Amino acid sequence: MTEYIIIGVFALVGILFAGAAMVFSRLAAPRFPDVGKKLNSYESGEDAIGSARIQFKIGYYLFALVFLVFDVEAVFLFPVLGVLRSAGSATASGSILSPLFVWCELLLFIAILAFALFYAWKKKVLEWE
Amino acid sequence: MGSLMTVLTNPWVIMAIKIGVGLGLVMGMVPMMVWMERKVSARFQLRRGPNRVGPFGLFQLIADSLKLLWKEDFLPRNTDRIIFLAAPIMAFLPGVLSFALIPIGVAGGNELLGPGGVMAVSYISMGLLVAMAVSSVAAYGIAFAGWASNNQYSLLGGIRSSAQLISYEIVMGMAVVSLLMMTGTLNLGEIVQQQQELLFGFIPSWNIIRQPLTFILFLVAAFAETNRAPFDLPEAEQELVGGYHTEYTGMRYAWFMNGEYAAMFTMCSILTTLFLGGWGFPGLGRLSGILHLVVLGQDIQWMLVGLITFGAFFTKVALLVFFFMWVRWTLPRFRWDQLMKLGWNVLIPLGLANIIGTALFLEYVASRFGFGG
Repeated sequence: MTEYIIIGVFALVGILFAGAAMVFSRLAAPRFPDVGKKLNSYESGEDAIGSARIQFKIGYYLFALVFLVFDVEAVFLFPVLGVLRSAGSATASGSILSPLFVWCELLLFIAILAFALFYAWKKKVLEWE
Repeated sequence: MGSLMTVLTNPWVIMAIKIGVGLGLVMGMVPMMVWMERKVSARFQLRRGPNRVGPFGLFQLIADSLKLLWKEDFLPRNTDRIIFLAAPIMAFLPGVLSFALIPIGVAGGNELLGPGGVMAVSYISMGLLVAMAVSSVAAYGIAFAGWASNNQYSLLGGIRSSAQLISYEIVMGMAVVSLLMMTGTLNLGEIVQQQQELLFGFIPSWNIIRQPLTFILFLVAAFAETNRAPFDLPEAEQELVGGYHTEYTGMRYAWFMNGEYAAMFTMCSILTTLFLGGWGFPGLGRLSGILHLVVLGQDIQWMLVGLITFGAFFTKVALLVFFFMWVRWTLPRFRWDQLMKLGWNVLIPLGLANIIGTALFLEYVASRFGFGG
């Protein structure tokens, strides 16, 4: 448990460290008044046209959706693989599952995912023009 | 002396020392790596690099940090204030935080620093999973920076970067899955221990040799996850000015840069731990045996072994960092659609095939010949 507390404290110290540097810079650095266009967004020296809250390509959302599938897959695979070798190789240790059964289960799971990727691929979700 | 030992063995004091050393190590390495990058790039381009301020231009890093601290600090118009200020910290923190989970050496059997003497800021059994989870938070920092800046360049840079990070995170996750099948544990210390044996009596059984394809997948994903060339699209100067940090100046900009280098250092440490045998090297056992014969106090023995293992770890990380720089100054940048195509149409199918291949290999080859972990 202490080991997890250390991570928490470490994160806190990191945030404070970064924050302190920014506060120090705020106090120490000189400040000059805004004359003209100092605070404008930098868009190659031209005046910015419109806001940056623009609509962007739908493709990014589709990528995010496919990503979600694979990320959840990884979450499922981690615990399965953690016990896979003991379940798959040691019938002597009292496992009721035969090794072949366990491996087929795993392959089936991955095959479904591979099919999902194949489907997205054929639907041209993964293509940029 | 007795009271000093009671102070030093207090768990809170040990915690403070660990955090200080961990943070100090990463934050000390960042300016060194910036200096190294400038020197390396200079040599690649037949220049000399920084050589005016101090020996070998080393004081240049101090000058640069001070300059950044004293730069004017202002908010551009129409920014989303809170997110704009939080983004640099969110981009910087994950790199440092995941370093806390990496075992950097082993101090014999001294339980003071961690179970089994493993030296890590935080040594937990799910280390690899936590490290992966923490480092994936960096994508938020970059996406937030892009959004909050209210600048079209920043927005596009931020979106591109998040798309790139999530795509290559899948590749990295799949590489870890294959590795996990071999190791059977997520404990980083145990993964290093497993790599200390010799294969056929003379090859170090590092995972780079046991799982070469996994190493390549992980390495490519590591380049993409740290936004290093040839995957540094989020900050492609020719198209997007500064990418997501176009609107950032002074110290806030510095935290993005610190974060990038800290992430590179951490990623090299993870690569070393997972694939290059971590703190170990062939002959470490014999060396410890010799140290045991020389009559020294046990504490001094532990300290020596700790220093030697840390030295081995650090040497490997430094070589990997050099490799990262070498790649950056040698390869041109990918085009955006090429990058996505490489990720989704090449690396992810390869990753899936690698999982199945590893499963079959472990079941039908390795178990017969005693080759697995």
